[in-house]
Amino acid sequence: MSAITRATGDNSANHHSADRTKLQQDGIGFSTLSVHAGEARQKNADSITDPICCTSTYTFTNTQSIIDFIEQKQPREEYGRYGNPNEKVVEAKLAALDNAEEAIVYSSGMAAIVGLLMAKLSAGDEIVFFDECYHRSREFCYKHLARFGVVTRTVKTGDMQAMEAAINDRTKLLVSESPTNPHLTCVDLEQFVAIGKAHEVETLIDATLATPYNVRPIDYGVDYVWHSATKYLGGHNDLLAGVIAGSKEKLDSVRHLRGILGGINSPHNLYLLERGLKTFELRMQRHNANGQAIAEFLEQHPRVEKVYYPGLKSHPSHEVAKQFMKGFGGLITFNVKDADWRETANIIDACKIPRIGPSLGGVESLIEQPMVMSYFNYKPEDRQKFGIYDNMIRLACGIENTEDLIADLAQALES
Amino acid sequence: MKFRTRAIHVGNEPDPQTGAVVPPIYLATTFIQPGVGEWGEFDYSRSGSPTRKNVETTVADLESGSNALLFASGMAATHCVTMLFKAGDHIIATRDLYGGSYRLLHKICDRSGIEVTLVDVTKPEELAAALRPQTKLLWIETIGNPLMSIPNIRQCVAFAREHKLLLGVDNTFASPALCRPLEMGADIVMHSATKYLGGHSDCLVGALITADPELHKRLYFVQNACGSACGPLEAYLLGRGIKTLEIRMREQCRTAMQIAEHLSRHPKVTRVLYPGLKSHPGHDLAYEQLGGLFGTMMSFEVDGDTNATKMVCKSTNLFGLAVSLGAVESLIAHPATMSHASYAPEARAAAGISDRLIRLSVGLEDPEDLIADLDQALSQI
Repeated sequence: MSAITRATGDNSANHHSADRTKLQQDGIGFSTLSVHAGEARQKNADSITDPICCTSTYTFTNTQSIIDFIEQKQPREEYGRYGNPNEKVVEAKLAALDNAEEAIVYSSGMAAIVGLLMAKLSAGDEIVFFDECYHRSREFCYKHLARFGVVTRTVKTGDMQAMEAAINDRTKLLVSESPTNPHLTCVDLEQFVAIGKAHEVETLIDATLATPYNVRPIDYGVDYVWHSATKYLGGHNDLLAGVIAGSKEKLDSVRHLRGILGGINSPHNLYLLERGLKTFELRMQRHNANGQAIAEFLEQHPRVEKVYYPGLKSHPSHEVAKQFMKGFGGLITFNVKDADWRETANIIDACKIPRIGPSLGGVESLIEQPMVMSYFNYKPEDRQKFGIYDNMIRLACGIENTEDLIADLAQALES
Repeated sequence: MKFRTRAIHVGNEPDPQTGAVVPPIYLATTFIQPGVGEWGEFDYSRSGSPTRKNVETTVADLESGSNALLFASGMAATHCVTMLFKAGDHIIATRDLYGGSYRLLHKICDRSGIEVTLVDVTKPEELAAALRPQTKLLWIETIGNPLMSIPNIRQCVAFAREHKLLLGVDNTFASPALCRPLEMGADIVMHSATKYLGGHSDCLVGALITADPELHKRLYFVQNACGSACGPLEAYLLGRGIKTLEIRMREQCRTAMQIAEHLSRHPKVTRVLYPGLKSHPGHDLAYEQLGGLFGTMMSFEVDGDTNATKMVCKSTNLFGLAVSLGAVESLIAHPATMSHASYAPEARAAAGISDRLIRLSVGLEDPEDLIADLDQALSQI
């Protein structure tokens, strides 16, 4: 079998044992992987696309076939909570794109991180976070993991010495986003991994904002890569999904726990995710191009005080981002000059193309004010602590024409 | 707003009830009416449904039309056009014609006493010779299937206007990202939206677009009376696919050009038909009518017999051996036995479709991977 055939699935007619061997580094193009990886070459009914398998359970032909399954002679599906055929395809495709041995898909990004942390941590264990991170990740660790006796420590994002100093013999996991949300700080993955390896602590990167198109943390030795697949991977603002990628050995216990906790995705969603991934490279090229062009536009605009975008030379992470990333994504955060929260909101309300809403990574541009959208009920001093300013706007560029988005922002800023 | 922005936003107003950025899929077959004898916007989903309407709005906008209708398939859409006519009427159609359209015109429309003449629409004298007092429709394809012939759309418009014919254009091979025949004066644009518009080989949809609300009403009457509208799930997937139409087309056209150039230099290939090649008789016209891109479809012949041709078709790993086109997955096909099998053998010969002709639909895979795949398939002969 040729490399391509192996990467894209089994060429035989045996549908049940379709071989989805992942050979990401065979020189196969990224878009070829996006379209074909993880899928059987020849599918049921000779269909070119995967069928949506809406079933809650899977039947056995006889008692012996159950025993064969239990004794692991015949891999197959058992009950919907443990997995389904649509999930198998998407997981293999996502693993190929992230250059990982395995990927586990969940019903949302948060379900994925909770699934991993619950599988890996026990009472008395500790984890270390960089402080710029998705507020719900922080909330889960501080409020809920704490109830199970897990200690969370946070250190300033990118401060590797502080991270190393926070490690002790109970530390089990180092966690960071790269880039972070909404400040777009990028982490030196080599240093991050080196600290983990030196102290025999596993590492996790939330690469939702980067995506495997821009960076593959596994290539630098990161143990777990986490994505909210709701964002760029699904890409159409029409599904929720999360994924954890890593080695099979490390993920076996995670998959087992998911089967118990039940945070699996549905066949309909998984089909939409698979379909969305087919255009992943194209969409990312447009997101990257829009992000860069609009960040440059905003940076020179007189009403803009500051732009956070790793593709700009002015961003403190620019050199790190250039070293590790192919492109810098579609998310831009900026502060409006001399504006209070209401004046800032007026700019958002004046936009005609970006819709006002949380989330990012879809074809439609979205815009929001973090202070209102995510931190409205926080005390001002807490917002200050998290670097959330009243005049801050977060723009998630979609794939619309760049000129249209710039013209719209220009009129909104002048309003 | 530019094409790509409109493809994402027109027809996709957020749901007013929930704010959902993607409008919901309405599966309802019927709709509650305000009162006896009073009708709401929707009544019965054969006559109209919110999900279908949204995508019709998008498609009409992208084709620079006033209205669009979505059908269960491209053939259902084409059939709707022919249902405008009656016994005794006459249709002139391009000879480089999709096999399914050929079958409709020759084996269905003939039952109603509608007559058909096929001509080489790139030759004005053939068009003029085919004209009859009963002629009502001129039917062309923006890029002919499978020989990639390029008709002069503006000349066809002038001819149709002079003789009071409707001009219908099957714009499937170009898509509105490359060509918008209504802007040039065509009356009806038809799509097998199954192809580039859907783009993912997973929804079967047809479309008719007009710039004349009166003509739209006549077509809508037929659609509603005959019941061939598409379902809401298909309409949803179509609308989702259209959001990436422009970027898919650009990338796939660029890859197709590389493949056509590669094949035209390949020692085992005797002939390549791709409008992007300077050697193609319609190249200059295609450049003008298709906005500098040339589509993702091409045909070629190999240096060998029918068996060698079939060997190439079945030896590819990435190109799937299948009918259809326009999706992210590349496909390879043998028109004589597949897309154009419904032609009578002599009609096929007259149209220039030899048994050695291979047709490619270039997908979204990496160009190097596709070229390597074709090279290994050609090395089998």
